Amino acid sequence: MPVLPRVTLAMQSGIPQLVLRAENLSLILGSKHILSGVDLAVASGESVTLVGPNGAGKTILLRVLMGLVVPTFGVVTRRPGLRVGYLPQTLVPDPILPMDVRRFVGIGSDASQSRRSEALNDVGIENLSRRPVHELSGGEMRRAMLARALLRDPEILVLDEPVQGVDFAGQMELYERIAKAKADQGCAVLMVSHDLNLVMAATDRVICLNHHVCCQGTPESVRGHAEYQALFGNDVESLAVYTHHHDHVHGTSGKVVPFEPDPRD
Amino acid sequence: MSTGPLVKWSPLNRIPVTEGLIGGLVVALVAAPMGCFILWRRMVFFGAAVSHSGLLGVALGLALGINVTAGVVLTAAAVAVILVIMRGDKRLEDDAILGVVAHGALALGLVALTLLEGPGGAVHSGHDHDLETLLFGDIASITRTDLVWIIGGGGAGLVVMAAIWKSLLAMTVHEEMAIVEGVPVPVISIVFMLTMAVVVGVGMMVVGTLLIVSLLIIPAAAARRLTTGPEAMAAIAAVIGIASVLGGLQAHITWGFPAGPSVVVVAVLVFGLTFGVRVRRNLS
Repeated sequence: MPVLPRVTLAMQSGIPQLVLRAENLSLILGSKHILSGVDLAVASGESVTLVGPNGAGKTILLRVLMGLVVPTFGVVTRRPGLRVGYLPQTLVPDPILPMDVRRFVGIGSDASQSRRSEALNDVGIENLSRRPVHELSGGEMRRAMLARALLRDPEILVLDEPVQGVDFAGQMELYERIAKAKADQGCAVLMVSHDLNLVMAATDRVICLNHHVCCQGTPESVRGHAEYQALFGNDVESLAVYTHHHDHVHGTSGKVVPFEPDPRD
Repeated sequence: MSTGPLVKWSPLNRIPVTEGLIGGLVVALVAAPMGCFILWRRMVFFGAAVSHSGLLGVALGLALGINVTAGVVLTAAAVAVILVIMRGDKRLEDDAILGVVAHGALALGLVALTLLEGPGGAVHSGHDHDLETLLFGDIASITRTDLVWIIGGGGAGLVVMAAIWKSLLAMTVHEEMAIVEGVPVPVISIVFMLTMAVVVGVGMMVVGTLLIVSLLIIPAAAARRLTTGPEAMAAIAAVIGIASVLGGLQAHITWGFPAGPSVVVVAVLVFGLTFGVRVRRNLS
């Protein structure tokens, strides 16, 4: 029975090479503690997903990690010269800037015309290549944004709600494309999502955030965690369905055998 | 100024190749890519405020005894920096601040010039700085020295715009995305504004302080309606700008119209024509 590799090569070697690390991050705005004492590290080639309820501070944590927001306390270190591919939560193109989709995906890289076509093909919108980018629907825009970020050959792909506005079949397609980038290009993935089901099937490590890190680990271990269940109680059942093919293997007797736990747990 | 009656006009009336013509073409060329970014980044009023500081710059140049164009460029750069700092004030909208600074700089410039010149007098320092020339430009009065400034400043502006093009475009698409992906956004912003100050300084000689903004914006706006890509828009804007300079000079030579305003009028006519193009496309 083949076991899907859940642990990246870098981590299996014992000493994961970090691309990004945050220590003891706190963010206080006025009297509100948006983030407190967050420790987080992303290893080379690892995929990490931040989950949490609305208003838990996921997006702002991502912004702190990307250097867009200065934390009240704590330090963020990046690997020097780290090449980031970034998908912001919203990107509304302004019609005053004439730009078709194939030009848009070249922003931030020097990708050739043929690589751009290939990238558009990979996210399923090669037919929109000449469409003005401001005419794209929300879901089409997310695809174009993913193609653009991947054309940078990123060492880390940073995605804030990458499938927002994408239909269900399209969501699976895009998560597969992200997983393929991780497998083929070895890029790390750091993702924010409040969609638990699909995301958790496609990730090495889940960090459950509610202003502080509630719990973290493999999707399986996090799901069993009391704090996680307190936050997402209702979603736990449906989760098992959607991650069925990825979250466990069946032993010869048909008994469910969990994956090897993450070595850091 | 008039060179002859209307009937003398024919397409064979050549525009003489003068310092004014070359200067005008250089300004049109550099104004095109800059004007595109002024439109894309919603900086039309910002550009106007910076341009309106031109008179103050002339006064500064005269008072300090330095080159007048250098005075204009320095003042325009200073106004740009002041505007950026003042934009932090949340109690006033940007357009209010821009309105105050633009008209304040213009009025201050007028007062300062009068102080320097003495009541009613005109200062002669190798160049006729009468008010109308400063406000609306005078292509005919451009000297060889002016042309050196225009070519130097305009050429530098073009080189800088080419160098920062990709970064500026990435910032325009999504500023935070550009920051995250390593574009040095504050540096690029400052370089862009300083380049704008230089273009305003040299453009002022050709079309004057009140009209330089038109030469930045109108060709770019006309080009938007004809193009589907950012680079193409800049190129078409350059063509429209050059055509406007040629057309304006032709009108100046043929009918004695003031050159600067004529250039702008031609640009506006082209802009009007692009509406026709779009309407026809929509109908077909």
